Amino acid sequence: MSLLANQSASSRFVWPEWATLPLVGGGLVIFAWVIVGLTVTSWAPFDPVKLAGMRFQAPSMEHWLGTDSLGRDVLSRTLYGVRHSFPIAVFVIGCAVVIGCTLGAIAGYVGGWLDGVIMRFVDITLSFPPILLAMAVTASLGPGLGNAAIAMVIVWWPIYARLMRAQVLSVRQREHVEAAVASGATRSRVLIKHILPLCWSPIIVNATMDFGQVVLLAASLSFIGLGAVPPTPEWGQMISEGAVQFYRWWIALGPGVAILSIVLASNFLGDGLRDYLDPRAA
Amino acid sequence: MSVPLLEITDLTVSFAARGKAFQAVSGVDLTVQSGEVHGVVGESGSGKSVTMLAVMQLLSQSATIDGSIKLGGQELTGLSDRQMRKIRGVRIGYIFQDPMTALNPLLTVGEQIAEAVRIHRSDVSRWQASERAVELLRLVAIPNPEKRADQYPHEFSGGMRQRAVIAMAMANEPDLLIADEPTTALDVTIQAQIMELLDQLRREKGIGIVLVTHDLGVVAGVAKSLSIMYAGRVVERGLVDDVFAAPHHPYTKGLLESLPQMDQRVQRLRAIAGAPPPISARPAGCPFHPRCPYVIELCHSERPVLRKVGPIDVACHRAEVVAADSGALQNA
Amino acid sequence: MFAYVAKRIVAMPFLLLGVITVAFLLTHFTAADPLTSIIGERQMNNPDVVEAARQRWGLDRSLPEQYLVYLGNLVTGDFGTSFRTRQPVAQDLIVRLPATLELVISAMILGTVFGITLGVFAARSRGGVIDNLARLFALVGASAPVFWSGLLVLFVFSVQLGWLPGPGRIDARAVAPPFVTGFFTIDSLLAGDWAGFRSALLHLLLPASVLGWTVTGIVSRMVRASMLDVLSQEYILAARAKGASPVRVLLHHALRNAMLPTLTIIGFSFAYLITGAVLTETIFAWPGIGSYAVSAARGLDHPAIVGVTIVGGAAFLVSNLLTDIAYAVVDPRVKLGAKVGA
Repeated sequence: MSLLANQSASSRFVWPEWATLPLVGGGLVIFAWVIVGLTVTSWAPFDPVKLAGMRFQAPSMEHWLGTDSLGRDVLSRTLYGVRHSFPIAVFVIGCAVVIGCTLGAIAGYVGGWLDGVIMRFVDITLSFPPILLAMAVTASLGPGLGNAAIAMVIVWWPIYARLMRAQVLSVRQREHVEAAVASGATRSRVLIKHILPLCWSPIIVNATMDFGQVVLLAASLSFIGLGAVPPTPEWGQMISEGAVQFYRWWIALGPGVAILSIVLASNFLGDGLRDYLDPRAA
Repeated sequence: MSVPLLEITDLTVSFAARGKAFQAVSGVDLTVQSGEVHGVVGESGSGKSVTMLAVMQLLSQSATIDGSIKLGGQELTGLSDRQMRKIRGVRIGYIFQDPMTALNPLLTVGEQIAEAVRIHRSDVSRWQASERAVELLRLVAIPNPEKRADQYPHEFSGGMRQRAVIAMAMANEPDLLIADEPTTALDVTIQAQIMELLDQLRREKGIGIVLVTHDLGVVAGVAKSLSIMYAGRVVERGLVDDVFAAPHHPYTKGLLESLPQMDQRVQRLRAIAGAPPPISARPAGCPFHPRCPYVIELCHSERPVLRKVGPIDVACHRAEVVAADSGALQNA
Repeated sequence: MFAYVAKRIVAMPFLLLGVITVAFLLTHFTAADPLTSIIGERQMNNPDVVEAARQRWGLDRSLPEQYLVYLGNLVTGDFGTSFRTRQPVAQDLIVRLPATLELVISAMILGTVFGITLGVFAARSRGGVIDNLARLFALVGASAPVFWSGLLVLFVFSVQLGWLPGPGRIDARAVAPPFVTGFFTIDSLLAGDWAGFRSALLHLLLPASVLGWTVTGIVSRMVRASMLDVLSQEYILAARAKGASPVRVLLHHALRNAMLPTLTIIGFSFAYLITGAVLTETIFAWPGIGSYAVSAARGLDHPAIVGVTIVGGAAFLVSNLLTDIAYAVVDPRVKLGAKVGA
């Protein structure tokens, strides 16, 4: 019975309405990684690229996650890894959102042939399986984390273009927009003042969820050998080294759990944000 | 008098939510005889649908049912789900409010009616069941039933869908039909046709019908007796003619005055002030007292029980005064 | 129905042309001389080879002309020659296609069946222990990097427990069954080779499960959500009012309707499968197109990369089209061109 749903019998400390478990939990994990990334240089147990002991040591009190094939400390390398993954993810999402939203807003608001051209580009780009397109672009530009990032922007912007266009199309139908048009506001003013401010919530939710996906794809490209090059302590690169020695499970454990934690956290955070920003869509 | 078809005694339905229990229905008595239409009237939230779903035992897990529900003398409360499945669709047919949503969009109308037959009759072949479906569609006066049986719900109009739902409810010739707001979602002109169909089924098959509605006008034409529900309780009960002639409860009186009456001089239509109380905050004393024009001190503290006043059962401290007023109103 | 699907079919060639154009542009905006991406660096100081390639790919002509030559070559099935394997790319792909298909189809079946089951149970015990466990399992499956979870299951089931064989399609000592479909499981059965069938099946189990796990995550999440939505519909209550048993209500009425949105997500998960296949094949030394793509990318074997990209794009387009058609077939409301979800 829905009419019973909002009855609360609890008299203890009550969480604020917005502080749901996914939102807080996901946010804390991401926040913790940011702190690690900013401060790890001053407290990491070992240098991530220098020899720290015997090769192939299983986890011990000294090396909590063991050592890899060159005797480097896996825990330190894992912690340093976030310094490569996060900047890339922020860069890729940032560029994809800016490019995608700009083109999507233009397509949705201006319409006509411009809409047609932009959306055909979107359709074609989205016709590729993401990893194959990213691989092809990175291979063409030459391997490296920077080029992998550019490739991922190329893969991701159409998603935001499509999303933004749909948002603009739906918001421009609303009465306050028609009222603004009727009162003689210029087209650019209507777009910027009256339409765009109402388009952001799904963009933010998607960007949050995609953050983990970008971390994952960046690691995949490095795993394949198109992203980070040795001895960079990048997670995909580390797992790729661990794959050769897969019976020494600890080499890949740290980076694997790191990626998993970030993908999960960004999923939770995105879910929580959606519930908060747009309760109807939940 | 013979054993009543449906006899509900002291039915209480409560829901548990977040550690608290709320009574949606409190101490309801209801009797329906074979071959008659009994109207159950009340605003939404008055507990009328909950009562009917309790009869079918289709309420959610969080509901607790107390009291007695007898169908033709057989006690239904306490039956297992397996035993109830032999009652649902066989001895009781149920018609839902919104025919748009009561039909599965992915199955043809014929399949859905045939399913109602085949669930209970393993000896009926698939082919015989679809024959029966066509026959049932013909019974509810759907034109071209052979063709219609193979169509999907979205190809039916609202009125036609409700006829199909009725056909589905009639599939196993039940003794009792529960119609929960069967015409609310339909156009006014279609409403009369559906009511006429229900009344025709009652005459031809001799079934009893419980007609749940918020609209006294719907009851007026077809029901023989009625119960008025308010805030989970029956507040007035009697033959339709008696109640309409002189309502004894101020709520019934209010409902009647809010009906347009074609055969009388134009009167001012009056709506009842206020809104029914939410299930979680029903007032002490008489639940109707905050909205009642006849309210006295006693109503705040003491809840009136059903008692006989003339031909009518009524739960009101001031039933005699209300009845006198109502009579005066009728004679004016 | 025809209008709906026809629109998609008409759009197909144009999208495919777009895919090819992008691939063409990729080969021409490489950091290196486009010639190196056709014949490889080692051949560059052989003037005969260089001249022949220049002619064949029309590199001495203008860009639009080159584009037409490129299209013409593609139409005849010429994707260029891999300078790693020194074989025509098209031939390389055809040889490796069955392995990938066997893996992807098995993963799709495993993941979908398991995902639907999990989703139904989760929805039925909403908020209960099963629900939460199922959701956790699904979430981890959809979030874990397959190139890591693959390693993990290899370590646990192959190294530690010894239940299942390690990487590869079949025992190293065994001979591949005679080619019929290219699926080792089916071919060994057709040849009546039980030992071979057992070996092929056991080898398939781990990679297909790892790959299917991602699909399980996506599918079970969707099934759960749409089951919960469907179960609150009045026609579910109506089915119960008819006297239908809980199992019948769940499977015949609820799941059927819940499958509609799920169908779209299954089609959508094909993208994950391709991504996953690329990485899973690498981990499990699976001789399919995915591991071919990875080797090509590592060796900067441009013709091979572009060939794989085009084929992958085409496969992706076809799978999306099939999803649309399947949707139209299942939902009667689409046939009349009516709006779905009203």
